[in-house]
Amino acid sequence: MSAGIDTLRLTAEEALALVESGQVSSVELWQAYRDAINEHDGELHAFLTLVDEPDGSGIPIALKDVISTRGVRTTAASKILENYVPVFDATVAAKCRAAGMTLLGKTNTDEFAMGSSTENSAYGPTHNPWDLSRVPGGSGGGSAAAVSAGLAPWALGSDTGGSVKLPSAFCGNVGLRPTYGTVSRFGVVAFASSLDQVGPVTKNVRDNALLYRIISGRDENDSTTVDVPPIALPEGTDLKGLRIGLPRQLNEVEGIEPGVKAACEAALAKAEELGATIEECELPLSVEYGLACYYLVAPAEASSNLARYDGVRYGLRSEGVDFREMVMHTRHDGFGDEVKRRIMLGTYALSSGYYDAFYGTAQKVRTVIKREHDALFERFDVLVSPTCATTAFPLGAKAQDPLAMYLTDVLTIPANMAGLPGLSIPCGLSDGLPVGLQLVGPQFSESTLYRLGHALEQAIGFDVVPERLR
Amino acid sequence: MAITKEEVLHVARLARLELNDAEVERFQGQLSAILEAVGKVAELDLSDVPPTSHPLEVSNAWGEDVPHTSLTQDEAFANAPERDDDHFRVPPA
Repeated sequence: MSAGIDTLRLTAEEALALVESGQVSSVELWQAYRDAINEHDGELHAFLTLVDEPDGSGIPIALKDVISTRGVRTTAASKILENYVPVFDATVAAKCRAAGMTLLGKTNTDEFAMGSSTENSAYGPTHNPWDLSRVPGGSGGGSAAAVSAGLAPWALGSDTGGSVKLPSAFCGNVGLRPTYGTVSRFGVVAFASSLDQVGPVTKNVRDNALLYRIISGRDENDSTTVDVPPIALPEGTDLKGLRIGLPRQLNEVEGIEPGVKAACEAALAKAEELGATIEECELPLSVEYGLACYYLVAPAEASSNLARYDGVRYGLRSEGVDFREMVMHTRHDGFGDEVKRRIMLGTYALSSGYYDAFYGTAQKVRTVIKREHDALFERFDVLVSPTCATTAFPLGAKAQDPLAMYLTDVLTIPANMAGLPGLSIPCGLSDGLPVGLQLVGPQFSESTLYRLGHALEQAIGFDVVPERLR
Repeated sequence: MAITKEEVLHVARLARLELNDAEVERFQGQLSAILEAVGKVAELDLSDVPPTSHPLEVSNAWGEDVPHTSLTQDEAFANAPERDDDHFRVPPA
């Protein structure tokens, strides 16, 4: 703690008020978080690169290391970008800068955001602040661990299959995967372009809405972005008129931990007390086929996006007698196993003779998933389920079994395939570890998700500070 | 759905990935298991379903056609493994 600033509890909104009222200077605030990083990041490894001088007049932020930052190394946690220093800012980084935010550093992730535990980082895993022997979730485990342990007031992650929602659930944070197209992907290291979306990781729901306001909006540098409706800052706890659907296949998914189920049911009881109506519903095909659909579409897009790493314009270059050998050696030496697996899987799914059976079929399944969700949103405002069937698992538990790791995201993937926003909020503990509740709405319904999330947050009173750090 | 060793090597070549023998063996097993799982999409009757390539219905995102500053040549070369004047230098093809 420096200058009496408790970084573990201070929300970004409170930090902003301290700076704006002149009680604390921007530099003092940045230094308080830097001190916390110096004290705790040795055991957490949330950061891959630290910035040594604050540059701004506002409050600090940490950015996932897939977000390009001018003059600050951006590795995507890959060896192939070990020494890459962007010459331009991603739009989201520029927006944070324009809002006065000071950069603390770049946070750890699974390599190219491919993974669910942050163990696929070429620079070693991040540890969960609630239990150092466990994963923080992934891919954005660094951002989630940093916010949870008070090393940053807030952070940005990116979510393709659940990489904001899952680590937020495992670390007890609030994480938003926004509606596809509402946040610019310009300057964000590409994984799967029809799914990638940058989102805020925060201590509470209001902070999340504040940061989403700052980063969202149409960007002429990303033609997939659209105009975003105004984002309401949530207040109050009245949920009268809100219709909540409970998709049975998500809430009764195989392998759901009893403590996870109990925490979610308790939260839903509170929602009912606050005036919401709750009814069970069905999402049979989305849950049954969502994961398979994702693991065809995402690797296919990844195999195309990652073709750019050829040792020519930037990044690692290995030796080779001719051009082709140089490229093949560079990619062998620079990519980790999970990235290689997905490149090969995607290349296979797109290759001659297999395209229709795999990629083409997966695109049709995507339509089925979208339609199934659309039909439910005629009857419901929000669909609620656990974010993950379990709490954070031990480091190494799934590292040797890619399929088991993929299954971690079975609850977050369906909404992502349909381009829907999803908010994960902490709703309690199971055996001392945070449980995430996933709130999914129709496209552009972020304000509704924030309204429900904020009301539940007030009713649940979850203590976001990890027990071992209190 | 099993993938053969030859198919692993073929896909790796298409993707410009050098693989050693141990990697070929490891990936063959893992990719077979993954392909088995994702092959599940074939169970559905999708004859009347159109594909979705993009989650939003947007088309023709036009921008104003106005000049703006772009990267300088030095910036564009800043991360190049090997630069030769105004060119990226690579081994001979």
